[in-house]
Amino acid sequence: MKLLLPSALDEALDMLAASEAIPMAGGTDLMVHWPQNLDAHSRTYVDLSRIDALRGYRLGADELVLGGATTYWDVIEDAAVCEAFPMLARAARQVGAIQIQTRGTWAGNIVNASPAADGVPVLMAYDASLELVSTRGTEIVALADFYRGYKQMRRTHDQLIRAIRLPRRSYTIEHFEKVGARKAQAITKVGFALTRSEVGWRVVANSVAPTVCRCPAVEEVLTSERTVSAPEGLLPALDQDIAPIDDLRSTAAYRRRVLARVLYACLAPLCPGFGPSKTASPIPPLAGPDEPDR
Amino acid sequence: MASSDLDARSTSTVARPTSPVATITGAPAGDDEMVCGEGSGEDGTDDCIDIEFSLNGESTSVLVNPADRLLDVLRDQLDLTGTKEGCGEGECGACTVILDHLPVNSCLVPAYQVRGRRVETVESLTDEDVAHLHASGATQCGACTPGVAMTARWIVDRPHLLSRHTLRALMAGNLCRCTGYDGIIEGIELDLTAREDAQRGSTG
Repeated sequence: MKLLLPSALDEALDMLAASEAIPMAGGTDLMVHWPQNLDAHSRTYVDLSRIDALRGYRLGADELVLGGATTYWDVIEDAAVCEAFPMLARAARQVGAIQIQTRGTWAGNIVNASPAADGVPVLMAYDASLELVSTRGTEIVALADFYRGYKQMRRTHDQLIRAIRLPRRSYTIEHFEKVGARKAQAITKVGFALTRSEVGWRVVANSVAPTVCRCPAVEEVLTSERTVSAPEGLLPALDQDIAPIDDLRSTAAYRRRVLARVLYACLAPLCPGFGPSKTASPIPPLAGPDEPDR
Repeated sequence: MASSDLDARSTSTVARPTSPVATITGAPAGDDEMVCGEGSGEDGTDDCIDIEFSLNGESTSVLVNPADRLLDVLRDQLDLTGTKEGCGEGECGACTVILDHLPVNSCLVPAYQVRGRRVETVESLTDEDVAHLHASGATQCGACTPGVAMTARWIVDRPHLLSRHTLRALMAGNLCRCTGYDGIIEGIELDLTAREDAQRGSTG
């Protein structure tokens, strides 16, 4: 393994521009099963742990700016940030346990690009944008436009996330939901983050598509205040937005059905058009042959 | 119960590995710049980094390979074998150490990153630190115990954490397959109460 140890951002950007090195911050994704992961040992890494310009965060009147090396624990421990963006702390507490939250970074969660990432849905539901820097300059990309496919993103190898910017808005609804096999230390089977503010609805789902994704068709259902009398009423819209698969954690059928249910359960008390009508059929029982153990 | 079950220091007397994972032969690279790596050594141990850090309160210097995990450096190079490897993927917490006042999984920490920082391992704990865990039956097979004891110590030193977190949530990163957790939680609660009583006594 080759290691580059920059002590300043400019130095790190020069190193990234001159090589195919992989940025490493807390290492909570890169170091998993490290001794067995011999392919990873042949790569070159750029250490981000000494770069002051990536540390810290700032809560201003108009926005929250998370530095590229801000950890989950930084956010959990800051009462003002938790109050301004409550879903950030809720999601942060769901990432592994304390030992991961103290090391893992929000930016790392974004560029690891897992469809099951827990930090990304809430950032996306808060309309986060990324400040990508390289020796070529600075580029601002909306997080919602950042992913192009499974593990594919609009970050070139020489770019670092210098900051994650979240605009401050008046949120009337903020909801984060994670369905996993346990209360803690679980990787998400199905999840979503949802907000409503002066710019409208944002519905973001994870673990149901090749990337964490906005759900524009579901947002349209909410914006147009359509009547939805049962969870199944969300499926036509959801099916336009998501593409769940079977994997070791769950099945496509379970994910589709449960996402509709948890979304409906969240929205029914909030939206006038949601709720059982007299003609709606009763909700069928959840258990079925396609349901994995929970 | 065997008296050494929770005596973390007793674990550091376990026989040294017969063949250390990394034999450090290369000269240290210069200061902060540098590419470390393959060098001329076939085993990739050349171009190690000389790191100095505070280990259990004492200044410590060690040569590490860029690919070394903190866990392995503690166990194989510094002979602090109290810290255990469980899962190797950051889930079980058996390898928990305190890095700059925060609990971390040492299996996921690149050793070079602790340069200039403060690391505390289970070897820093005293009999008194673990007495309540001992009394409450917080250990059975002992595999999780060093990690449990470190997270417990971290919480007991920071009781204010419990105003915003439950004890069980704070302990969620330390898996135990024997005890069902109740003994662990009870031991920490006993310790917290004893601390509180002692402080009340000293200030009242």
